[in-house]
Order: sequence, then structure tokens, then C-alpha cells
Amino acid sequence: MSLLQAQRSPVAQTDDPLVSIQDVTFGYDSRVVLSHVSLDFARGKLIAIMGSSGCGKTTLLRLIGGVVTPQSGRILFSGATVDTADRAALYALRRRMGMLFQFGALFTDLTVYDNVAFPLREHTALGEAMIRDIVLMKLDSVGLRGAAALGIAQISGGMARRVALARAVALDPEIIMYDEPFTGLDPISLGVTANLIRRLNDATGATSLIVSHDVEECFQICDYAYLMSAGRVIAHGTPKDLAASEEPEVRQFIRGEPDGPVKFHYPAAPIAQELGISP
Amino acid sequence: MGKKQTEILVGGFVVLGMLAILFLALKSANLASFSFNSTYRVLARFDEIGGLKVQAPVKSAGVTVGRIADISFDNKTFQAVVSLDIDRHYAFPTDSSAKVLTAGLLGDKYVGIEAGGDDKNIQAGESIKMTQSAIVLENLIGQFLYNKAGDAGKDGAAKK
Amino acid sequence: MNPADLAAAVGRAVIGQLAGLGHAAIFFADLVRHMFSSLRRPYLTVAQIHAIGNRSLVIIAASGAAVGLVLALQGYLTLSRYGQAESLGLLVALALVRELGPVITALLYAGRAGTSLTAEIGLMKAGEQLVAMEMMAVDPRVRVLAPRFLAGVFAMPLLGAVFSAVGILAAYIVGVWMIGVDEGQFWSQMQNGVDVVKDVGNGIIKTLVFGIASTFIALYVGYESKATPEGVALATTRTVVISSLSVLFLDFILTALMFSSP
Repeated sequence: MSLLQAQRSPVAQTDDPLVSIQDVTFGYDSRVVLSHVSLDFARGKLIAIMGSSGCGKTTLLRLIGGVVTPQSGRILFSGATVDTADRAALYALRRRMGMLFQFGALFTDLTVYDNVAFPLREHTALGEAMIRDIVLMKLDSVGLRGAAALGIAQISGGMARRVALARAVALDPEIIMYDEPFTGLDPISLGVTANLIRRLNDATGATSLIVSHDVEECFQICDYAYLMSAGRVIAHGTPKDLAASEEPEVRQFIRGEPDGPVKFHYPAAPIAQELGISP
Repeated sequence: MGKKQTEILVGGFVVLGMLAILFLALKSANLASFSFNSTYRVLARFDEIGGLKVQAPVKSAGVTVGRIADISFDNKTFQAVVSLDIDRHYAFPTDSSAKVLTAGLLGDKYVGIEAGGDDKNIQAGESIKMTQSAIVLENLIGQFLYNKAGDAGKDGAAKK
Repeated sequence: MNPADLAAAVGRAVIGQLAGLGHAAIFFADLVRHMFSSLRRPYLTVAQIHAIGNRSLVIIAASGAAVGLVLALQGYLTLSRYGQAESLGLLVALALVRELGPVITALLYAGRAGTSLTAEIGLMKAGEQLVAMEMMAVDPRVRVLAPRFLAGVFAMPLLGAVFSAVGILAAYIVGVWMIGVDEGQFWSQMQNGVDVVKDVGNGIIKTLVFGIASTFIALYVGYESKATPEGVALATTRTVVISSLSVLFLDFILTALMFSSP
């Protein structure tokens, strides 16, 4: 039931990955964010990318979307290069992607309805009646059909994220990317969101990419997970494999241990020296 | 805010702005007057034009009938050649005279045309033959002092 | 610091400024380029004209009236000393149409519309709305920035004209009705002395130039602001300062170009 798939071949679980990140290095002037990272994301799977803050996971999403370009390496989306594409080709690729931003990134001057209708109005020539049907259906799938007429200032953060999700899937994209979808949600919203992400993935056959550091929620819903640290992938596997891993870095992250390979103390001189107590 | 409502308000704003511009152009400036009538060009030569400038008015009997279009210098006759654009509605006999006059006592210079008595009217491209130059203040003062000195001399000679 | 380090630091600063200027110039070129694409969706610009133009009308008209009143009072005081009180209309009209109308309108515009544009763009940037739009394959420069630029450039001359017109009317009310200047002289001297092309026309050109400059600065500063609340607050202040200084500087240049020869 996808809108923009006139040319696509029928969805089959082929082996070629939907997104392929090949030996990518990316950084700003002083900081290297990703170094020689290679990842493949299979079609139709729900994949989690985890790691502590600053490890480069959000940057991965921006690279896939072509918002930033890597210093070296290539990024392929369904066989087409993202990082060297000209604007028109890049826009054509982006129409097949959906992205959910951390706080929704809804357009504050539009209503909930207009936000979800935005991609439909911009990229399709459908009449308002047809758009109305689609928007209401999308809102219904996230449980917010009744909130269609509200302004963005009138809805809560959790609701905003659900509206953003409805907007991200308005054109039935082949890949849905979630940037920290679980951060700052109460337990009920957490459950709702995780549930939604999984159901959406199964129902549409799209590939879902979740960037998060919420181990518990991710492991409950994902098919496969990557663990990153300091710009490199340090482990990957199914949730079961990772939970059973003996690697110290993986264990510390998964179990949430305060001290381990990632130190508790910020580097400093010994405390006895700072307090002036002679050793 | 409905789309229709916004468009109406913006239309109102544009109308208001246009009205303001129109007001400035008509009520406060000189759009309503002279500028767009067609004119014919006539030349006049002066020995001295004083501070006459291009765009200064050409008046006859005190009414503006044209504008100064161009001022140039004739290197052979050492005279100022002034081009007058006169409104086509007004025709002047060929023996009319042109004078450089001052608006008020110390105001801007303009050209005044006094009609002559000839049957034929002056045509485009022709010259006004009779002209009177501007009165330059310094020359006037110099003349006055010279006359004064002359009178004193004559008195002195008469006394002797 | 030894001379070599100093020279290097100065060189870096100069290059940094040049790069900043170049970046701004490219932004401006983009705005102009995308102006034409956004004309295909005129409602976007119309909505912005409402936000920028209609909403500024009250302050512009009120300020115009106030300035007109003051000009009439002060002008009368000085002119009557030389027995030239009948020239009040001419004085007020020339002052407004040539200088005060364009400049004060531009300064008020920078304060009211400029800051709101900067804050809006800055907040959209902070809330990732612009990136979200990009990710949805919609060019924010066409959809968000160009309509605002077009609206500002279009609205400014209209606002300037309203300012001058209201000022002249206010001066008329004070001068003729309250002070007692002769009504006929008030208007006739004005009509004889104010030239449509040279005075009103140049004044409108000034507002156009100021509109282009202020709107561009407001959009650029907002677009380049840091995506935090403090960044946006800082950006709005910068807009007002840079816009105001630019307007005054441009006014000097334009006045020299337009009004130097009598």
C-alpha cells in the first residue's frame, strides 16, 4: 500500500542490504566522530544502533540522509550513492526515507493535521480529499486521530513524537530512522512507542533503524543491534548474543555498570595530592 | 487564520501602501502638473546666465510654460547656449525675447519669455534672437562703485 | 606576543572575516535565486507579507504621525523666526520623503519585523525543523527563507510610503488647524518643491534598498545562530544592531549619490 513504489520491484528478502556504509570516516575540524566504520543494514529488519553519548550514532543517521558528507568512504542507499548525489537525485532518495527526530521537529506554525499532510502536499499531486483520508489513517495508526486539529503547542512531548512518526511514514518510506525515540518518556509512553515501532516495521516491511542508548527497550523489539564507542563499532549481534557477551566494554554498557572500560572518574591527579595530605 | 482571510488582509495592506504612494506623488509633489506634456525645443544664447540650472522653469507672464533642457557653451561666440523645452500648447512669435530673471530677491534663476508682435510663430529648432543676460550681483556692485567714483570725479572736476 | 605570531593572528582574523563575508554573499545569492521558485507558490509569500507588513502597520503609522507632529512644531518654531512659516509644508514633506521616512521606517522594521524573522528562523533551526524539512526532500530555502525575503522587500516601500504620508497629514493637522499656517501655502509650496522622481522616487528606492538589506540580515543572522535559546536571543540583538548600522551607512551612500547635485 505504498504511494511511491511504482518502479520498485516486489519486496523480497534479498541479500543485498538496503543501506550500506562503506569505510566511512567523518569528523569536524578537531574531532573525529567516526573512523573507518562499515555497516550493512538488511531490508525489512529492525536494527538498533547503541552506544553512549558522543559515540557517533546520530551522525550515522545524518550520513545516511545525506545531511552531512563523509571525509572518506561511501554510503549507498538501495544501490545509489548518497554522499556524491546532486541535489535532485538526493531529494529523490530522501523521498524514500522517513526520519523521526529526537523531539519531533514538528513545524510549529502548522496544526497536527497539516504537519502530517506536509509531505503529501509537497510531493504528491493528490487532491485534498484523498490527502485527508491518508492523514487520518496515519494519525489513527499512532492513536492520535482525535488530535488532528490541535496546534503543536497544545500537545505533550510524547504526543509530538507520535505525530512526527505519523509524518515520517506519510509517504510509506522504505527506511524509517529513529533518533533517540525513547529518551525522556514515561513508562506508558515508552511501551506505546516501542510497540508502535515494531508494529510499523512488521506491517510495512520497511527497514527500521533505531539510534538509542535505552538497552532494555531496544533489545525487546530489535532483530539486530550494533554497539558503538568512540566512533567505532565494538560489537554487533542479536540481542541474545550481545546480552551473553563477555567483552568488558559490551558488558559494562549492557548492564549499565558505573565503572569499567569507561571510567567513572574524569582524569585527575590523585585525591591525596589535591587535598594536600602527604602520602 | 484562514487562507482567504490572510489574502484579504494582505490585499488591504497593499492597497493602503499604494494609496500612500499615490498621495505622496499627487498631493505633495508635482506629478499632477506639467511633466508629461509633449514639448518642442527652442534655443537661446546669452552672454551671462548667472546661476541658471537645467530643469529651471521657463515662464511667460509668470506662468510656467516649459523647462530648461540643456545648457552648453559655444566656444566660438563665447556665449551660453540654452535649450528650452516649451509645452506644445504654447506658441510664441519669432520676435519674442528671453530674459534670465531671479525668483524673488535672492532666489533661483529662471528664464522669462516676453511675447513679441510678429505674425509667424517660432518653430522647433529655431533660436530666440533677442535675449537679455542675467544680472550678476558682483557686476552690479562694481558698476555702482564705478559710477559713484565717476560722479565724485565729475563733481571734483566741476568744482575746479 | 612576537611579531610573527601577531601577524599570523591578524591574518587568520582577516581570512575569517573574508570567509564570513563570502558565506553571507552566497546566502544572499541563494535567496535571490530561490525567490523565483517560491513565486510559483504565491500563498507562502502572501502569508509572510501578512506577518511582516500588516503586523508592522500600526507601529509605522503611529511613528509616522508622531514624527510628523514633531516636525511641524519644530519646523514652525525655526521657520517663523525668518518669516518663512508658509514653507512649513515644503520642509516637512522634503524631510519625510527624502530621509526620515525611509530611515526611520527601516529602523523600526529592523526592530519589529527583523527580530521576529531572526527569532523564528533561529527557533526553527534549534528545533531541527529546517533539517527535518531537508530530510523530507523540501528545500527550506525555497519554502521558508525566500518567501520571507520576498515579503520583506515588497512590504518595506509600502511601509515607508505610509510613514511619510501619515507624517505629512499629521503635520498638516498640527500646522494648519492648530498653529494656523495658511492651508493654501502649505500645500502649494510643497507641491512646487517636492519632485516626484527625484524626491518621492528616490525615497522609495531607499526603502527598497533598506528592505533588501534588513530582511537579508535578519534571515542570515537567524539561519547562522547557534541552536540554543541563548543563541537565538543573541541573534535577535545582533540583527537589530547590524541592520540599523547598515541602514544608516547605506543611507549616507544613497543620499550622496542621489542628492549631491541640486
